[in-house]
Amino acid sequence: MARALSPRRRLLTTIAAWFVALLIFFPVLWMLITSFKTEASAVASPPELFSADWTFENYTEVWARSDYPRFFWNSVVISIGSTLLGLAIAIPAAWSMAFVPTKRTKDLLMWMLSTKMMPAVAVMIPLYLVFQRVGLFDTKIGLVLALMLMNLPIIVWMLYTYFREIPGEILEAARMDGASLWNEIVYVLTPMAVPGIASTLLLNVILAWNEAFWTITLTTTKAAPLSAFIASFSAPQGLFYAKLSAASTMAIAPILILGWFSQKQLVRGLTFGAVK
Amino acid sequence: MSTQSTRLAARLMVAPSVILLFIWMIVPLAMTLYFSFRLYRLLSPERTGWVGFNNYIWFLNSPDFWLAIWNTLALVGGVLVITVVLGTLVALLIDQPVKGQGVLRILVIAPFFVMPPVAASIWENLFMHPQNGLFAAISRGFGAQPILFLEQHPMPSVIAIVAWEWLPFATLILLTALQSLSSEQIEAAEMDGASAFSRFRYIILPHLTRAITAVILIQTIFLLGIFGEIYTTTQGGPGSASTTLPYMIFKQAIVAKDIGRAAAGGIIAVILANIVAVFLMRGLGKNLDA
Amino acid sequence: MGKITLRNVAKRFGEVAVIPDINLDIEDGEFVVFVGPSGCGKSTLLRLIAGLEDVSDGTIEIDGVNATDLPPAKRGLAMVFQSYALYPHMTVRKNIAFPLKMAGLDPAEIERKVDGAAKVLNLSNYLERRPGQLSGGQRQRVAIGRAIVREPKAFLFDEPLSNLDAALRVNMRIEISELHQTLKTTMIYVTHDQVEAMTMADKIVVLNAGRIEQVGSPLELYRRPANLFVAGFIGSPKMNFIEGSEAKLHNAATIGIRPEHIDLSTSAGTWKGTVGMSEHLGSDTFMRVTVEGLGMLTVRASGEVSVQQGDTVWLTPQDGKLHHFDANGKSLA
Ligand SMILES: Nc1ncnc2c1ncn2[C@@H]1O[C@H](COP(=O)(O)OP(=O)(O)O)[C@@H](O)[C@H]1O
Ligand SMILES: [Mg+2]
Repeated sequence: MARALSPRRRLLTTIAAWFVALLIFFPVLWMLITSFKTEASAVASPPELFSADWTFENYTEVWARSDYPRFFWNSVVISIGSTLLGLAIAIPAAWSMAFVPTKRTKDLLMWMLSTKMMPAVAVMIPLYLVFQRVGLFDTKIGLVLALMLMNLPIIVWMLYTYFREIPGEILEAARMDGASLWNEIVYVLTPMAVPGIASTLLLNVILAWNEAFWTITLTTTKAAPLSAFIASFSAPQGLFYAKLSAASTMAIAPILILGWFSQKQLVRGLTFGAVK
Repeated sequence: MSTQSTRLAARLMVAPSVILLFIWMIVPLAMTLYFSFRLYRLLSPERTGWVGFNNYIWFLNSPDFWLAIWNTLALVGGVLVITVVLGTLVALLIDQPVKGQGVLRILVIAPFFVMPPVAASIWENLFMHPQNGLFAAISRGFGAQPILFLEQHPMPSVIAIVAWEWLPFATLILLTALQSLSSEQIEAAEMDGASAFSRFRYIILPHLTRAITAVILIQTIFLLGIFGEIYTTTQGGPGSASTTLPYMIFKQAIVAKDIGRAAAGGIIAVILANIVAVFLMRGLGKNLDA
Repeated sequence: MGKITLRNVAKRFGEVAVIPDINLDIEDGEFVVFVGPSGCGKSTLLRLIAGLEDVSDGTIEIDGVNATDLPPAKRGLAMVFQSYALYPHMTVRKNIAFPLKMAGLDPAEIERKVDGAAKVLNLSNYLERRPGQLSGGQRQRVAIGRAIVREPKAFLFDEPLSNLDAALRVNMRIEISELHQTLKTTMIYVTHDQVEAMTMADKIVVLNAGRIEQVGSPLELYRRPANLFVAGFIGSPKMNFIEGSEAKLHNAATIGIRPEHIDLSTSAGTWKGTVGMSEHLGSDTFMRVTVEGLGMLTVRASGEVSVQQGDTVWLTPQDGKLHHFDANGKSLA
């Protein structure tokens, strides 16, 4: 509903919008700036917006001190794996709920969402024990499963709201045309829902990438992703601000870049049925 | 639209999701329930046995308990209010035809891509730190004493950090909803002589109801379990000032190593979550896709 | 082949019996139109035949084979939906090819059939476009193309023209009729528009509240409606109904006379009335005439008739054109 403004109002609005946006972004920006400072200038008083002697050293040191590529790879596998597996399970479920609804469909959806309300901490010990027992502890498979189940309700919900906008007649046409249920989903529903599926995929990759409870609780070293990597840099006590900032930047950069490049696709399906 | 065979297929196709989620919910829940009636201390593994409701009684009588409940609700409520109100304002602002909208949006959504431990440590160290933080430097610049954010105002500080993390999400959903509002509706209202405020109150806000509902529902789900931000910043302190229910359970399990009591706390947290869930679904469920 | 037989077919949604009990025979090669007011169960009946819904009771036979429990794909029928239901992500070519692909035909064969259908339907220049880039009429043709390539036993149409504008509707009506002439395949066509029914059908099935009111050729229904409902539904403008003492004179509870079967005179006739609103179309003139004791009658006169509002006129029903109905609304033959 963007509309024309008078030039003066437009200028003021532009200034206000930029001010607000920069304010929101500032912590990330400050982290970036700090990551290129020397440790001394990172804690200088008064603070230096741009350090005279900026450096890459923090990055090289963090890289040398830790096995970043392994953490990174674990993050990639876990977030993408859990999301793809979640989609594979959720697409049929959302098909059912959207196109063959029953009186209980909404209750079922709400129940699914309510499983997410159980605080993770509350069931930490049992899950830890179960994962140890069945050999999923500190494995990528284990985390893929855990994060898939954590995000499954959100995936189902997003797909459901998206599928509901697709006319059932088109699926019936496919059925008349001799498509089996599998073909109906593969050749008709899924391609039609690409924007919604893309958005669901992106959101859930982000949520999985940023998950920092199970990924830390259920791993030690082998399967630990970037959330664990950053946790190992905790409590820097003053002198390590620049390195902490560099490590933080390395932990969030991949997803930040992905998010920025795909923000259009991300936003398009992010309606949760709130947009008619 | 369906025949018996499609209905059967439909049931088979939701089944995996339902069964998996049910197992994911019931197995840990059953185990937690079991532990909650047991004496189970990692520091004295030889002593075991049934203790009835003792773990619950201890938990409910713990001096921190009501504070933890209050803190949990304050965290959820505070973050919801801040993100919905500011999210609406920011969405309205960047929806205007201003220069560089694309870049603006990129800046505004950035916090959403920052994982909680990073967000917490940026705020704790680079901003709120009493000596080296940017806020302290600003205070000194004005000749004032630095504010001890995490030491003296732990809950508001944690709420602010979490709100910053979730503001982009709220803004994005509200912005998407806002963009689906036809400018004709606004123009019609303008023709009818509605002021900017009444246009917001009577046209824009009702249009955003469903989006706000979605924001509240999703954020509540995530906020009820907030843990990492507190762990990184205040560790529930000072004292118990910023201990939430999840954090209190965590302290029992990891610090006191009393699994029985932690499990009792877990069950209490699940009950609280369910109360909130029922309240939310009743209140908001009908607002979503009618 | 395409003979379809419904025996005691019923459909209930929960407690609501949308279709209580229907028996119907559709012969091979017939153009059958289901017509009736909105919500009377036409689409439901068509979807039962298609297999998109199960019957609650009864059997459906296609070419003598019991198809009641067959899935839609196995019935050998093709359907054209009101919304066209084209696949928006596929080109016209892929849309038309889809049923053939599902049937597992080899690509060369598919190509040949799609090109053939495109030629028949004047779509050859649009094969690489997406449905979103086509006009309403073209989309309609794609939907038909998708149906004909399958060489089905019968075509099912659910109000296929209702999304088109008036001029296009007339054209498509003719095209579909011509298609039927060429293919000679059974067609079942659902509409709420009695003009479509009258112009296209070999056989009309008039439905009301899930029941068949009458089955017959268009002219049979026009000449000998079985009851008040059919009499009122078929023909435009609607048949005039007269109750009370005038009907009693004819030993009926109700008598009916079509507007085109009333002669108009300014000097003499059976009923004396006053002209109200009139519509002058040039080819015809429609008048509303209030007759004392009978109420308002619609009269159709051909050509231009110069009457003014308030004029007194005389109306005379033509010989043998009066319809008689009993108290239950059934026609007294
Ligand atoms: N899936 C359904 N569930 C419940 N009632 C239905 C369903 N489909 C149709 N109906 C009801 O059946 C009646 C007939 O519908 P329909 O066959 O679509 O009518 P028509 O096509 O003649 O307009 C309507 O009253 C409609 O509300
Ligand atoms: Mg219909």
